[in-house]
Amino acid sequence: MKAVWLLTRRELSAYVRTPSGYLIAAIALLLNALQFNAIAVGEGRRLSSEVLELFLFNGAFVIEAAAAIFSMRMLAEERSSGAQTLLFTSPIKEHEIVLGKYLAALIFLSVVIVLSGYLPALIFVNGKVSLGHIFAGYVGMVLLASAVLGIGMLASSFSPHPFIAVLLTAVIVSGLELSWFVAKITDPPLKTVIAWASPVWNHYQSFRKGLLQLSDVTYFVTLTYFTLLAAVRVLRGQRWR
Amino acid sequence: MILVDQVTKYYGAHAAVRDLSFEIAEGQCAGFLGLNGAGKTTTLRLLSCLLLPTSGRITIRGIDAEAQPHEIRKFIGFLPDRPPVYNEMTVSEYLRFAGQLRQMDRGAIDRRLPEVFDVVGLHAVADAPISSLSHGYKQRVGIAQAIVHEPALLILDEPIQGLDPVQIVEMRALIRELRGKHTILLSTHILSEIRQTCDRVLMLHEGIIAAEGTEAELSGETRASVVKVIVRGDHATLNKALKDVETVDEVRIAENPSGDIIEAIVTAHEDARGEIARAIVGANLELLGLGEKQSDLEQVFLNLSRAGAGS
Repeated sequence: MKAVWLLTRRELSAYVRTPSGYLIAAIALLLNALQFNAIAVGEGRRLSSEVLELFLFNGAFVIEAAAAIFSMRMLAEERSSGAQTLLFTSPIKEHEIVLGKYLAALIFLSVVIVLSGYLPALIFVNGKVSLGHIFAGYVGMVLLASAVLGIGMLASSFSPHPFIAVLLTAVIVSGLELSWFVAKITDPPLKTVIAWASPVWNHYQSFRKGLLQLSDVTYFVTLTYFTLLAAVRVLRGQRWR
Repeated sequence: MILVDQVTKYYGAHAAVRDLSFEIAEGQCAGFLGLNGAGKTTTLRLLSCLLLPTSGRITIRGIDAEAQPHEIRKFIGFLPDRPPVYNEMTVSEYLRFAGQLRQMDRGAIDRRLPEVFDVVGLHAVADAPISSLSHGYKQRVGIAQAIVHEPALLILDEPIQGLDPVQIVEMRALIRELRGKHTILLSTHILSEIRQTCDRVLMLHEGIIAAEGTEAELSGETRASVVKVIVRGDHATLNKALKDVETVDEVRIAENPSGDIIEAIVTAHEDARGEIARAIVGANLELLGLGEKQSDLEQVFLNLSRAGAGS
């Protein structure tokens, strides 16, 4: 665990020292602010809970995109710069490398998510929503970020270049989201299976409504676990082949 | 300390190294010499537990590299051909991180860092971001990360690559300083590098060890005779006379446009001084000087490379 924390601290320090971390955070916060503004003061009257639901739903896509971009910083960038050799020749295990980097990205992205919290708080100025609803929505966003970071870690583990890692993550995540629409034109029982794969369209729906459903939590945790596990296997193969 | 037994490494269908077998004693400084693609980097990466041999066995300090690579990594310091640095960190931060990765505690790192800065000459840039350093300094930082935990085995892949002449001299001095404190393995395709830093040479050619030993042993092993002759006369006549000598392998004549005194370096596969003298006199050239030039490492390397290419 000591090695994991060592790597997490190094990665976090890299995020706050390089423009890319700030850039991703700034763009994510700006997009969330713009979409909140459009929903809250745009055309038509909406209930406060509707505003919150719509904000959380759109915000989930913003966080999904931000998490996908983070995949370039995970393993592919180090491989491309040659710095990975330092880790590979040190007495540190592959799962420690993956966990350290994953935790750093998750912590940073969670901070970005929390920083957008002022937006739903603005609803209290002219309306009323429950804190539980906001809390559930934000827990869902962190879980979603975690799963996409897992996919990003896996893509990054076998991508020769950071850009390819981002592209691959974007393709996988888009594929999962599009499965929701593919399911609409598919017959049961395949329909249910395909629709199940969609992170935001299917599994984030409960969170945006203020619900914490075990099945959805399990989906995100399982996706995170298996993608990280696969990344560890890939890394092991690269280090000692 | 290092025992390599019949090690072969394939990349797909290509054998990067074949049937490597050698031993390196504790405290020795051994240099892997070879042309590009000879298998030097693969050999060093195998010894650094970065690559798994396709067949054969590597044992370092009695530990089997395939069974317990993690144990071996604890006492290895490795400088790859590109220094593995994080540009956004300062030199001090990076070396602290490298030390902690090698399981050093903060106190030990605090005590060790001033020594490392002294040895590698990094005091002036200790707080500078690595991104602001020249290639030479980055190479020093690369060496610093490799020695920060005082590893028993130090592996340096092309340590002088990309350095300017002044940096090369400094790097050689640094490697000489590290000798005795660590067992050192280094790779290079620059012959003078090996001569000036290593006490043992392993020559790799097309993935196999073509020769090994000290420089003196290798010079003897090739049995090449290199003769320097100085004559007054015609360039073409001298060339023909020397090439007619049966034991002569190669003639290199130095250009001298200003006069009729010609200097030639003649390589023969045995001592041919008598025959060379007779051939020069027989061709009506005035022999001004003839002496055996000691076969140097460069000659050894060329001979072995040619032998390898011919086989």
